[in-house]
Amino acid sequence: MISHYNFAYLDEQTKRMIRRAILKGVAVPGYQVPFASREMPMPYGWGTGGVQVSAACLTPGDTLKVIDQGADDTTNAVSIRKFFERTAGVAVTERTAEASIIQTRHRIPEVPLTEDQILVYQVPMPEPLRFLEPRESETRKMHALEEYGLMHVKLYEDIARHGEIATAYNYPVKVEDRYVMSPSPIPKFDNPKLESPALQLFGAGREQRIYALPPHTKAVSLDFEDYPFDPSRADHPCALCGATDSYLDEVITDDAGGRMFVCSDTDYCAGRRGEDAA
Amino acid sequence: MYVAVKGGERAIDNAHAWLAEERRGAPDVAELSIAQIREQLALAVNRVMAEGSLYDPDLAALAIKQARGDMIEAIFLIRAYRTTLPRFGASDPVETGAMACDRRISATYKDLPGGQVLGPTFDYTHRLLDFALAAEGGEVPAPATGAADAEDMPHVTGFLAGEGLIQGEAEGAETPRDLTREPLDFPADRPLRLQALARGDEGFVLSMAYSTQRGYGRNHPFVGELRVGIVEVEMEIPELGFAIGIGEMQVTECETVNQFLGSKSEPPQFTRGYGLVFGHSERKAISMALVDRALRWEELGEDDSGAPAQDSEFVLSHADNVQATGFLEHIKLPHYVDFQSELELIRRIRAEAIAAGAREAAE
Repeated sequence: MISHYNFAYLDEQTKRMIRRAILKGVAVPGYQVPFASREMPMPYGWGTGGVQVSAACLTPGDTLKVIDQGADDTTNAVSIRKFFERTAGVAVTERTAEASIIQTRHRIPEVPLTEDQILVYQVPMPEPLRFLEPRESETRKMHALEEYGLMHVKLYEDIARHGEIATAYNYPVKVEDRYVMSPSPIPKFDNPKLESPALQLFGAGREQRIYALPPHTKAVSLDFEDYPFDPSRADHPCALCGATDSYLDEVITDDAGGRMFVCSDTDYCAGRRGEDAA
Repeated sequence: MYVAVKGGERAIDNAHAWLAEERRGAPDVAELSIAQIREQLALAVNRVMAEGSLYDPDLAALAIKQARGDMIEAIFLIRAYRTTLPRFGASDPVETGAMACDRRISATYKDLPGGQVLGPTFDYTHRLLDFALAAEGGEVPAPATGAADAEDMPHVTGFLAGEGLIQGEAEGAETPRDLTREPLDFPADRPLRLQALARGDEGFVLSMAYSTQRGYGRNHPFVGELRVGIVEVEMEIPELGFAIGIGEMQVTECETVNQFLGSKSEPPQFTRGYGLVFGHSERKAISMALVDRALRWEELGEDDSGAPAQDSEFVLSHADNVQATGFLEHIKLPHYVDFQSELELIRRIRAEAIAAGAREAAE
C-alpha cells in the first residue's frame, strides 16, 4: 500500500465534495449532479468517474470487486483493482456475493445484489439526450422541463425504419416517472436489473457528473405499449456452464465461422461450474 | 476446449517493463538528464507547464522524459500530480506591466516608450537545418548586450485607453471561480473562459484562432503587444497583513487590439483580446487572445455568425487535450459486451429485412 497518498488516493476535502454530490444524486434519483471531477492518475475514459465515486465510498472494512465487460480479469478491471489495493489497502474479491462495493463497466452482475452492496458504474456520456442535442445548456433545460418528446420521436423513428427500437445498449430509462437517465453502456439485457435492493451510483469523470439510483427505485426502460421493451440476449446456452439466463459473449474460435457463446459474467459462470472464481 | 483468457495482470506488468525499456532506448546512447531537457528543450517544458497548469520546469522536464517526448502524455502526468497538491491560497494578480521583458513587440506602433525589444525569437531565422548542431560540443557565441536599460515598458493598450479609444475592462469584484475546483457550467464567464484557454491544447486553440482569421467569426486583430519575461508572484499573508514575493516565473502575454464598429449602446472603439500563458509560448498566447475576443461577441453586442470559435460551449468543452485524448483513446478498451448486443440487433434486423424482401419478390 502506498503510504504518501491519502486513503483511497483522494484527499478528504475532495471526498467530501464527491459525497455531497452523491447525496444529492440519491435525493434526486436520475438527476445528473455536476461535481468538480479531479484529474486521476488514469486517463479520462478509463473510469475516472467510477474511481472517484468508489474512492469516496470506500472504508477500510470494505471488500471491493472490479469488473469490465462482466469479467474481473479484463486489463482495465485489473488495473483499477490494483489501484485501490495500493492506495486503500482494502480487501478485494472476484465473488459478487462477497463484495461490499462493486465497480463496473458495461455490465450488471448476474447474481442479484443485496441492500448491503453498492454498485458503482463508470459512465462515458451521462447525458441520455446528448446525441439528440449536443448542447449541455439545452439538455439541462430539457430535463428541467421534463421535455422528453425528442427521445420518443427518436424511438418512434427507429421503429418506423427498422421495425424495432434500434438501441441495444445504453438503453435509456425513466427514473421514478421523472428523469430520463442513461444506465451507462450496459446491454439492454441488464436494464431490468436496474431496479435493485443495492445502491447504484454512476460516475462520469470527464463530463463531471454523478447520479444515482437509490435502492428499490423505479427505473423503466422507455418503450411504447405496442412495442414493449425486450431485453434480448443471444439465443444459446453458455458453452461452459450451460446457463440460459445469463448475458453471453460471442467468441470466435476459428476462421471458418466457428463460434461459441459463453457467460460475460465470469464469476457467475465459474460459480455455476463449481470453480473458484479466482 | 475453449478456456477464457486470463492473465491480464501479468500482461500489464510485462507491458510496463517493455515500455520502460523502450523509453530508455539504446543503452549505448547516454541517458537524457532532467537538466538537459529543462535547459535545451525549454519550449517543450514551457508547453507542458502551461497545459499542465503547474509552473515547475524540473517536474515538466521529468514528465517529458517519462512520457518519451509525448507532450500530451507529459501534460497528463503533470495534471495528475497537480491535483494531489495542497492549496495554500491564491496569489495576488500578477503585475505584467512590471515584467522584466526579454522580448516586447508591438505591431501597432513603430516605436513606443520602452521600445521594441526583439529578444530570442525564431521569427526572422531562415528555417535551414543547421547541420553544425549535429556535431555536438560547439561553443555558442554570446549575444551582444547593450547597456542595461531600466526604462519602463508600459502596456500598449494603456496609450489607447488614455484617449478613450479602447474599451476599458472593469475590474472584477469577485475572485474568479477556479476551473479545477468547480465543474464547468455554461454560460461560462470570461475569467473561466480564459482559464480554460490558458490550459487548452495549443493545437486546438491555434486552429480555432486561425479559423477566425479565415472568416469564421472574424474579429480583425492587431497584435497590440506581445511580451515575454519574468514576473514576480506575490501573495498576501494574512498573518503579516501585506504581500510578499513568493517566486518568479516566465510568462507570455498578448493583448490584441480589435476593431469594433460600435453597437446601439457603445460608440465605435477598439476592443481587446487577451492571452497569458506560462513560459515562452507566443503562438499559444496570440491564439488565446484571438479566441478570447471571438468568444466575447455576446457581451459586445455583435452578431453570432455561427462560427465555431464564437461558440463557448463548443470551444471550452473540446479545448482540453487530457480530456480529449482520454476519451478518444478509451475506445481501445474492450467493448465486446456492447458490440455483442449490436451484433444481435443487426442480425435480427437484417434477417427481417431479407425475409421482407423475399416476400415482396414472391408476390
